[in-house]
Amino acid sequence: MSPALLQVRELSVIARAGQRDITLVDRLSFDLGQGEILGLVGESGSGKTLACRGLMRLLPSPNLRLEGQAVRLAGNDLLRLDKAGMRRMRGRELGMIFQNPSSHLDPLMRIGAQIAEGIRLHQGASRREARAEAIEVLRQVGIPDPKTRVDSYPHEFSGGMRQRAMIAVALGCNPKVLIADEPTTALDVTVQAQILRLLLELRDRRGLSMILISHDLGVVAQTCDSIAVMYAGRLCEHGAKQALLSQPRHPYSAGLLACHPATRRHAGLMNTIAGQPPLLDALPAGCRFEPRCPQATPDCRAQLPELRVIAPGHRLACHTPLLAGGLS
Amino acid sequence: MSQSPALALRWRLAWHLGNGRLALYCGLAIVLGWCLLALCAPWIAPFDPLAQNADLRLAAPSLGHPFGTDNFGRDILSRVIWGARIDLQMALIGVIFPFLLGTCIGAVSGYVGGLLDNICMRLVDIVLAFPFLVLMLAIMAILGPGLGSFYIAMALVGWVSYARLIRSQILVLKQGDFALAARSLGFSHRRVLFGHLLPNALFGSVVFCMSDAVLVLLNGAAVSYLGLGVQPPTPEWGTMVAEGQSFITSAWWICTFPGLAVVTLAMGFSLLADGVAELLGDRT
Amino acid sequence: MSLARYRFVLIRPLQLLPVLLGISIITFVLVRSIPGDPARVLLGARSTPDAIAKIRAQFALDEPIWVQYLYFLKNLLNGDLGKSLLYKVDALPLIAGRIEPTVLLVLGSVLLALLIAVPLATLAARHKGGWADNLIRLFTTAGLGLPAFWLGLMLILLFSVHWGLFPVSGYGRTWADKLHHLVLPCLTIALALSAVLVRNLRASILLELQADHVTAARARGLGEGAILRRHVLPNAMLPTINLLAVNIGWLISGTVVIESLFSLPGVGQLLVRGIFTRDYMVVQGVAMVLACATVAVNFIADVVTTALDPRVTIQ
Repeated sequence: MSPALLQVRELSVIARAGQRDITLVDRLSFDLGQGEILGLVGESGSGKTLACRGLMRLLPSPNLRLEGQAVRLAGNDLLRLDKAGMRRMRGRELGMIFQNPSSHLDPLMRIGAQIAEGIRLHQGASRREARAEAIEVLRQVGIPDPKTRVDSYPHEFSGGMRQRAMIAVALGCNPKVLIADEPTTALDVTVQAQILRLLLELRDRRGLSMILISHDLGVVAQTCDSIAVMYAGRLCEHGAKQALLSQPRHPYSAGLLACHPATRRHAGLMNTIAGQPPLLDALPAGCRFEPRCPQATPDCRAQLPELRVIAPGHRLACHTPLLAGGLS
Repeated sequence: MSQSPALALRWRLAWHLGNGRLALYCGLAIVLGWCLLALCAPWIAPFDPLAQNADLRLAAPSLGHPFGTDNFGRDILSRVIWGARIDLQMALIGVIFPFLLGTCIGAVSGYVGGLLDNICMRLVDIVLAFPFLVLMLAIMAILGPGLGSFYIAMALVGWVSYARLIRSQILVLKQGDFALAARSLGFSHRRVLFGHLLPNALFGSVVFCMSDAVLVLLNGAAVSYLGLGVQPPTPEWGTMVAEGQSFITSAWWICTFPGLAVVTLAMGFSLLADGVAELLGDRT
Repeated sequence: MSLARYRFVLIRPLQLLPVLLGISIITFVLVRSIPGDPARVLLGARSTPDAIAKIRAQFALDEPIWVQYLYFLKNLLNGDLGKSLLYKVDALPLIAGRIEPTVLLVLGSVLLALLIAVPLATLAARHKGGWADNLIRLFTTAGLGLPAFWLGLMLILLFSVHWGLFPVSGYGRTWADKLHHLVLPCLTIALALSAVLVRNLRASILLELQADHVTAARARGLGEGAILRRHVLPNAMLPTINLLAVNIGWLISGTVVIESLFSLPGVGQLLVRGIFTRDYMVVQGVAMVLACATVAVNFIADVVTTALDPRVTIQ
């Protein structure tokens, strides 16, 4: 395997609350290859969005800070870069699109101008070149009649078109890695599928690598090459899509799968995982999933399981993994 | 972030409360301080505010006269202290009249609705079309100069803000469950409106009163400065500034100190308003 | 598509007619509520029987009050606001001749206030909770409580008496001279106005700095300066423009005081002189003109908002 394009090593996001620290993302490590789409899955509050904000070094509050060994991308360690250096990485190397396209586009600026802004910044293009490029990008993301739409304002677009426009704004900077934070959650189901198809297309055409954050296993299953499952700020399982979907080893992954309507084996009531995720300021000492885990043993309560490689390209953090071969 | 919203909320609350408290206490201290000075003026003021002294005309600030004297040789410090009586009274009465008038009109207009409400609101629109001070001056031009005219003009112009505030509150409360409950218990309209709805609607306008006091004080001082409010030789801060204006090149102290008095009192009121608004804003 | 958003420009003036009518009613009622014979009131103490008879006929003073109002309205529509007692000329041209200093004063103050408020609000928002923020907060709290007439005097003391930079009062002949005379009056109003603006603008900048589209701009690698200029300030300025429109009445009130203080021959000074000389026709005319100006400015503000914010459609 070629060396990974993006290497994340032990990335933590820590919140300062009064006198003590609360770890919101705990030593996250993963690799992302060229052209790979990684699905980051977990329920809300599991830290997946925060982890990606951490990758961009755009934490939403000054009370949050990053720690970690390294985040290597294009020969740089993002954690060691100064502010200006990090700014040069954003957009050009590492792009990001968001859940709610309506609020993530500047309402007072024409779409074309927002795309051109990134093009001019990162490629040093002239005003005219940037405009031509913006039209081209709009065409690539499948906006009909891009020559006139380039002068539209965000509110003149429909929801799906707005999401395409936001993707175009990110693509204008020509990033190597695109982080997509729940890109389809706010959209209709039919539009969802279109946007996912667009992302796949862009991967094929541009060799774009992506991190796709989603709480929806269906979305991830349609799109990703590999899947990472997060729970309460920690990575609990990471592996190739096929392996993970057909044979989840972590009880939480299995539980998530069982909850999903498409993969549900039995008719009748929808399955749920009993209980609530732990509060991050009152974490159990052992495995964080232990209170809700059907497989839990006293060992799980005593000791936090570390992430181990259990098979080539498959990592797991569990004392009592499910047997390979299906749900026990 | 979403991780611990309760925690974040607690932090924000603490920051706000601390800030609100500080503003509240500072404002309260300033306003109470002036009230105390006004009440104790006869004992605190070193000189008679009206006593003229031909030997001490335009004397610069000194130990004997810390704020200096004016062109009649009157002690500025004593006049400032006595002036607090008039200016505090102006702020107080100047707020109460519009508050009462506006509350009544707004409450009835909102509760009754229909044509009456329409007429009241058009009237509000028209009064609001006039620049505040211009309409006030026009009214005072007819009533003639004096403190009484100021209060009347203030009431006739200032009621609109209160009427709007109260009306919008009443409109919301009218639809509320307890208004319906009170009506279905057979209470009269008057009792429902004044006994049940109005007390709940007053909250916002009481807070508004505090910041309105700043405006009223500044307006009163401005009107007196223009020569239409309090008449000389009564010590009032705005009038004193006007009297000192002719001596601005030779005796800066005559208009400086009364002006500073207005500034501190106005600041006290606005700090008080900020503090109360921030405290209540977070509680509700 | 976009021109349709400006349809209100044609409709709004019609909707404003009732307000304008109301303004005329209020000023009419005001002048008629002066105790005494209206003819004598309008003509002053030294009125001849001849003149009284003329006024009686002109204003139909022997008719019922509502007929009088209709006559008043008719005169108004003919541009006849009555005659000034003091200046012996028609009130309307008298007022028109005084408009220039007032308009310049208002425009200059707003411009200066924005020049002061935008950097201060940006600074305060960028360093929220820092010493600069607290200092600016103190400035705004003090600024809100500053009586304009006193602030003006203090500025005169500093800039005119102490440094001799600007004239103490009056108005010039040439444009350069006029502007020179207007600096201190404008600065006075601008300081008070900027206190209001800073508070508001700081809050909306803080809000915008947290806005999603700003995060998205950061994620594209834009520098903080560019983000502030291109994304934060344009969005944060919209409510401020609204605030300016809402405060136009307050602003005009300020010019009345400041014109008297600096002896600027503007409309406000005319009003104050009119009150002291019992020149009721002038008082009535000025009140009406200034009220109409307020209404007009609010209308213009709506047009400006529509031009600046592509989302806005005013019904």
